[in-house]
Amino acid sequence: MIAHDIVVVGGGPAGMAAAVAAYDRGVNDVVILDREETMGGILRQCVHNGFGLHKLGRELTGPEYAAHYAAEVKKRGIRTLSETMVTSITPDLLVTATSTRGIQKIQARAVILAMGCRERARGALNICGTRPAGVYSAGTAQKLVNCEGYLVGKRVVILGSGDIGLIMARRMTLEGAKVAAVCEILPYSGGLKRNIVQCLEDYHIPLYLSTTVSEIHGNERLEGVTIAQVDENRRPKPETARFIPCDTLLLSCGLIPENELSRAAGVAIDRRTGGAAVDQFRQTSVPGIYACGNVLQVHDLVDYVSDEAEIAGRAAAARVLEEAPTGETVETEPGSGLRYVLPQRVMKTEEPVDLFLRVTRPFGKLKFVVKAGERVLATASRPVASPGEMERLRIPAGALTDGVEKIVVELEEEA
Amino acid sequence: MKKELTCIICPRGCALTVTENDGVWTATGNACPRGATYGVAEATHPTRTITTLVRVKNRVDTMLSVKTENPIAKERIPELMRLIHQTSALAPVKAGKVILEDACGSRIIATRDVE
Ligand code: SF4
Repeated sequence: MIAHDIVVVGGGPAGMAAAVAAYDRGVNDVVILDREETMGGILRQCVHNGFGLHKLGRELTGPEYAAHYAAEVKKRGIRTLSETMVTSITPDLLVTATSTRGIQKIQARAVILAMGCRERARGALNICGTRPAGVYSAGTAQKLVNCEGYLVGKRVVILGSGDIGLIMARRMTLEGAKVAAVCEILPYSGGLKRNIVQCLEDYHIPLYLSTTVSEIHGNERLEGVTIAQVDENRRPKPETARFIPCDTLLLSCGLIPENELSRAAGVAIDRRTGGAAVDQFRQTSVPGIYACGNVLQVHDLVDYVSDEAEIAGRAAAARVLEEAPTGETVETEPGSGLRYVLPQRVMKTEEPVDLFLRVTRPFGKLKFVVKAGERVLATASRPVASPGEMERLRIPAGALTDGVEKIVVELEEEA
Repeated sequence: MKKELTCIICPRGCALTVTENDGVWTATGNACPRGATYGVAEATHPTRTITTLVRVKNRVDTMLSVKTENPIAKERIPELMRLIHQTSALAPVKAGKVILEDACGSRIIATRDVE
């Protein structure tokens, strides 16, 4: 068995930024484990640009953003172990990993979970029909096209208008395929405006809202799909059904934080986010285990993943240095109209606390009110809010005084 | 002349109306000045940074991700892609290497290393 101060599980944008932040906070003995050949995680296949505007002040592609952090990791001499798969983490921070070197056991003083998320697959979507070849998750198709140069099809329908689906609509079009339709079961798209304009409108790709794929046709290879509008309960309306011939269906229907390891380590999961329930330092219910990035909550922008990872990295380092703050914690709760609030609990300290949240549906003018009982801790107005955009609210320094027992975020619609 | 656009500069996504009067373009519907700048530029000469891939000749199943160094005219995207599809790279490549000197008014630059 070997020992390291901090073990980071996952070498994507979250893992790398967490490791760098932990190092800069004063802990040199940090190691990053990743199951892929090289660090970078999902960014390696995200060849489009739009990364880094907030965090680095320039617009980069995914591989460039990853390379920036990989260089920071290297500069500090932080160890990275690639092709190393973590198989278990215990509540007392013993990490087991397998690789071509065999099975390794690493005793950590803090563990940072940064495993990212994965795509919801066809099985979870309950689409009826046959099981032909040609049905891919959008991310799998992205990897095949962008990394291996294998164009997955020539005539494509995309189900789901999240950002990966939109980006893939443009990619497939540029590579010479015809994207016949993007279908979105909700009455609005969860993708960024910029992607709707630059990935669909630029190429005259139709986006059908409140529409789903109700049946898959074809025996060996996909021959087409039936699409139909849906009612309020998201059930297809048979009278609207129509057949679209295609050889490829891409599914872009949501991302799920990958928390098998966390659960097995005894980390409490918030059903709303699908990730660990954490405090503002991103510490989970298991002392010494921290979480950040898409394994904690699915982010819209990698820049915010890096920010969150830095919080976790610094906090893990503070723990190792025995400088972590202590104090009473109180729970947070999303009021009606809110899907979740993170952190799920807040330790009362002198510092301001940032809350991250998502609304359940698009709203017009509104006000968020952060309350402790009847006391208002913070308010923030927004001209609009949509589920696709994570919101950030700040509880100012000194607001978390003795009387505060529970924090509720409420949403008030304004005329 | 009049064009309806969605501002993409920030998440708010204002619906812009961009109008021409005697050769002068003005935008309305923007909640902030950045929207006006974007709207007029997008209505008069829309440009895009294109990110794409070229095949690496001497590596199996390997693509090199590339981008236009500057945004190019939107209407030239199909022409750019025809050029790109005739291009290949030779490994090793470092990010930042120029793959094409002039493609529709921009250089094409590698965005990753291939060893
Ligand atoms: S006009 Fe200003 S506020 Fe409106 S979307 Fe554009 S940048 Fe955002």
